[in-house]
Amino acid sequence: MELLVATAIGALTAGGVYLLLRLRSFPVILGLALLSYAVNVFLFASGRLAIDMSPILSKYGDASYTDPLPQALVLTAIVISFGMTAVLVMICLGAFLEADSDRIDIDETEADKDAAP
Amino acid sequence: MIHWIIVPVVLPAMLAPIIGFVMRHDIFLARVASVAGTAFLLAVAMGLAALAADGTTHIYRLGDWPAPFGIVLVLDRLSALMVLLTASLALIVLIHAIATGWDARGRHFHALFQFQLMGICGAFLTGDIFNLFVFFEVLLIASYGLMIHAGGRDRMRAGLQYVVMNLAGSTLFLFALGTLYASTGTLNIADLAAKVPAIPADEAALVRVAAMLLMIVFAVKAALFPVQFWLPATYANAPAPVAALFAIMTKVGAYAILRVHTGAFGPGVPGTDGLAATWLFPAAIVTIAIGAFGVLGARRLLPLIAFSVVGSMGTLLVAVAAFTPTATTAALYYMVHSTFAAACLFLIADLVVTRREGDSLIPAAATVQNGLFAALFFGAAIAMAGMPPLSGFLGKLLVLDALRTPGTIGWAWTAILAGSLITIIGFAKAGSALFWKSTAIAQPVPDATDEEIIPSAPVPARPATAAEIAPTMLALAMLAGLAIFAGPVADYLEQTSFQLFDRAGYISAVLAPVAEN
Repeated sequence: MELLVATAIGALTAGGVYLLLRLRSFPVILGLALLSYAVNVFLFASGRLAIDMSPILSKYGDASYTDPLPQALVLTAIVISFGMTAVLVMICLGAFLEADSDRIDIDETEADKDAAP
Repeated sequence: MIHWIIVPVVLPAMLAPIIGFVMRHDIFLARVASVAGTAFLLAVAMGLAALAADGTTHIYRLGDWPAPFGIVLVLDRLSALMVLLTASLALIVLIHAIATGWDARGRHFHALFQFQLMGICGAFLTGDIFNLFVFFEVLLIASYGLMIHAGGRDRMRAGLQYVVMNLAGSTLFLFALGTLYASTGTLNIADLAAKVPAIPADEAALVRVAAMLLMIVFAVKAALFPVQFWLPATYANAPAPVAALFAIMTKVGAYAILRVHTGAFGPGVPGTDGLAATWLFPAAIVTIAIGAFGVLGARRLLPLIAFSVVGSMGTLLVAVAAFTPTATTAALYYMVHSTFAAACLFLIADLVVTRREGDSLIPAAATVQNGLFAALFFGAAIAMAGMPPLSGFLGKLLVLDALRTPGTIGWAWTAILAGSLITIIGFAKAGSALFWKSTAIAQPVPDATDEEIIPSAPVPARPATAAEIAPTMLALAMLAGLAIFAGPVADYLEQTSFQLFDRAGYISAVLAPVAEN
């Protein structure tokens, strides 16, 4: 299972970084979404991988439990990344409508055109 | 527990939705509420600074859970100082934004402004590193809104870049936190400071990875080489009052480096000893160079100021990279100074640019009040470049004095002194193009007879009112005050940095068992 989870995180991160470097709005949004999935799974794994265990300490005997903190962290991270993705989509849309181009990088010569004496 | 500690977080957090929902159609009401809230925040920040001045570390346990299990807010001299700095800068910027009408050029300026203050104050007060992440996100999401306030093509595109850059940084932050939690089992800064030194050097590989990942994240915020490239485009395209407020945002990164890399991974920890300094020092040197050459090469006023901010962050982080109490004192002094200097430059630039055609550094007809603007720009520029008599000179002097150890003196002194010289040349070039040569151009215009009609075609520049100039004057007065009261301020900051380096005191204060009622 460790191998599976590690491979999944690696694949998601690699895909995310690749899409992030495409420098077009839509691939970048997808890339950041993939990266946030990768980091969510990674945060889960940071509390040790466990199956069929409740995150609650049982007071009846020595039933093993899984660390509840990473689950709380993942929940927070999911909420934040969801909100951030929504903001990003809106800003991408705004920039696309304003500039008529979905490129992320700014052409410096174009920006300085009005600065030339 | 003193409940005032959480007021800098709760007050803007409550005020922002009220402004956003209730006062959305009444800009006057929103202005009154925003100014009143920020003024109250400043009063609370002063109270907290007075509370922390005696050197005790005050703890605020959220939900009254004891420290490693619940989230704590920690008020020591450093956080009190940073909250006070934030509140005073915010009030100056807010008055400027209202007086110049920037806040009415888009929607929800005041709500976003208050959310921004909430995030910044929270980041300074929290004692939990995951909570730091959350407050980073709060201040970032508000800053996205402020950055694209009033819209416009270039601003939207620069804003998009800024958002993508910071979202990637946030992802990295979470990876760092996961690694840190997996290797130490805690995310409380005091608990980390207690546990990380216990890890032997040959088993600390994961902690080192986490420390370096955190360093990269904070470097993104602090605009440190090689992740400084977002700053000039962002600051130059942001509305000028927002850029002035962003002067504190780079300091959040510097503060986080101080807090985490001095507190948890600080000097004397076997697993991570010297790790931060090894990379921070050369990166900061390069940052100074980038800032200086950027100032020299900029062809527009706002990028020029943005590059001077990059340079000042370099100077600040060179001092931080020494990780000694003396150098940290110098870094803190320079931090306070450079916040007000950068804000002052952006505010005066706003006054000038709105009265000219664009912010290109080419001679154009002199604006109204050319002499006044020139004097203000001159004052702010010598503060930023580090010339006497304002506090920039003393700040750089303190930094230079703290970096006299044989290993650092060569690079640090060369970079700071040469960087200052190049910055002075850049500012002098810009100032003379904007203000001095402009007076020469203005003269020939009236003697052409058909010019009688033309002057009405460009919008006749309106002289700045007293309310518009007051914030800039106030920022300059803060710089002058910082220079005049440099002795007491430096004493206070020295105690602050000693408290920062007193890891045992911090750990015992935060992790103290809860007293039974």
